[in-house]
Amino acid sequence: MDDTTLTTHGLTAKTGGRILLLACGALAREILDLIKINRWDHMDLHCLPAILHVYPDRIPDAVDQAITKHRAAYDDIFVVYADCGTGGLLQQVCDAHDVKMVAGPHCYSFFEGNTAFAAQDEVTAFYLTDFLVRQFDAFVIKPLGLDRHPDLRDMYFGNYTKLVYQSQTKDEGLIALAQTHAARLGLAFEHRHTGYGDLATALSDQA
Amino acid sequence: MSDEEDDIILSELNDEDLVAQMFDDLYDGLKEEIEEGVNILLERGWQPYDILTKALVGGMTIVGHDFRDGILFVPEVLLAANAMKGGMSILKPLLAETGAPRVGKMVIGTVKGDIHDIGKNLVSMMMEGAGFEVVDLGINNPVENYMEALKEEQPDILGMSALLTTTMPYMKVVIDTMVEEGVRDDYTVLVGGAPLNEEFGKAIGADAYCRDAAVAVETAKTFMARKHNQGVTA
Repeated sequence: MDDTTLTTHGLTAKTGGRILLLACGALAREILDLIKINRWDHMDLHCLPAILHVYPDRIPDAVDQAITKHRAAYDDIFVVYADCGTGGLLQQVCDAHDVKMVAGPHCYSFFEGNTAFAAQDEVTAFYLTDFLVRQFDAFVIKPLGLDRHPDLRDMYFGNYTKLVYQSQTKDEGLIALAQTHAARLGLAFEHRHTGYGDLATALSDQA
Repeated sequence: MSDEEDDIILSELNDEDLVAQMFDDLYDGLKEEIEEGVNILLERGWQPYDILTKALVGGMTIVGHDFRDGILFVPEVLLAANAMKGGMSILKPLLAETGAPRVGKMVIGTVKGDIHDIGKNLVSMMMEGAGFEVVDLGINNPVENYMEALKEEQPDILGMSALLTTTMPYMKVVIDTMVEEGVRDDYTVLVGGAPLNEEFGKAIGADAYCRDAAVAVETAKTFMARKHNQGVTA
C-alpha cells in the first residue's frame, strides 16, 4: 500500500467480511490499523481515490456508485467520510441508501474530535494530517499550481496565519516534514497530536 | 508563450492587433505586457474606459469562459487576474478623472469564519471593470459589518461569498437580519462560492446565486436594468 496509489486509485482490501467500510483513501492506513488493533475481522475496507479531497463535488457520485456496486455483498456499509465539502449532498446519498456516515464537517474535525474542533476559533489555520503531510505536493502544491507559479502563494495563503499539523501517529520525521511545508507556505507552525479521535469511536460503533 | 511571441514589439502593432495581443497576454497572465499595452493605448489617445472594457474586460471574459468550460484552472485564472489588476491600477485613477459611466454600487465581502477571498476578489475586479463602484469589506465579516456598510454606503447590490460548507449558512443569518430590520427589499442580494448552488441561493432568500465572476457581472447588470425599468414605470 503506497500513498500514490491511495491518492489516484484508492484501495480494495480483503473481501468476505460482513461489513464494508467505504472510505476516503487518505484514511486507509488509520482504518486498517484500527481493524488490526481491534481484530474487526468482519470488516472489509474499500477506499476511493484520496484525490477526491481536492474535488469535493465529485465525492457524492463516487460514493453513490460504490455503494451500489458493493451493496449486495455485505450486510451493511459504513461510509467513512464526513461531509468533506459536499454541502450535505453526501449525507443525502447515504440517506437514500440507508447507510450511515461519519459525523462532522471533515477529517480535521473528527480527528481532533468534533466537539473540541467546533469549540476552537481557528479560521486562519490550514490543516494537514499524516497523509496530507506525506502527500503535500499532490494535494496542495500541484493542484494550486504552486510548482509552476510559486508567486501565487500569497494569493492562496495570504489570509492564513498558521499551519496546524494534526498527527495521527508519533513520527518525528513527519513533524519535521510538516514544518518544512509550513515554511514553504509562509505560515507559522503548530503541531497537535490527535491520534484517531472520533474516527476510532465512529468505527467502534459500527463494529 | 512561444519564442515567436517573445519577439513581438507591442508598440509596433496597430490598435486592433495590440488589443488582440493583450487578450493573449492576459490569457497567459503576463502582467508587465498588459501594463505596457495599457500605456501604449493611453499614449494613442484611447479613453481609459475603452481600454478597460475593450482590452482588459474583453480578455478576462475569455479567461472566464475557458475556466467555466474546464479549459483553464484556478492558477491560470489567478495569473490572468493579476495581470488585469496591473492594468487596472494604471486606469483606475484616470477613470475617476474622466468620469466613466457608473452602472451601480456593490458592497461585497466573505462571511464570518471564511477567509477565502480569491473568488470575491475576482468578482470585485470584474464588477469594477463593468462599471460598478465596489466597496470591499474583505474577509470574515460578521452580520454587523454588512448591516453597517449597507447603511453607510447605500449600495444597489450586496454580494456575499463563502468557500466552506461550514460558513455558507451564515449568508442566511445576514439575509434574515436584513428582513428583520425591514431593509431586505432595498437591495439585490447576490451570493457565490464553490460549494453553493442555485437551490441554496433560493433557500436562504438571496436574489441570485452566481456561479462565477462573469455570471455575477451579468446578473448584476440584469438586476440594475430591472431596477431602472421599475423606476421608469413607477
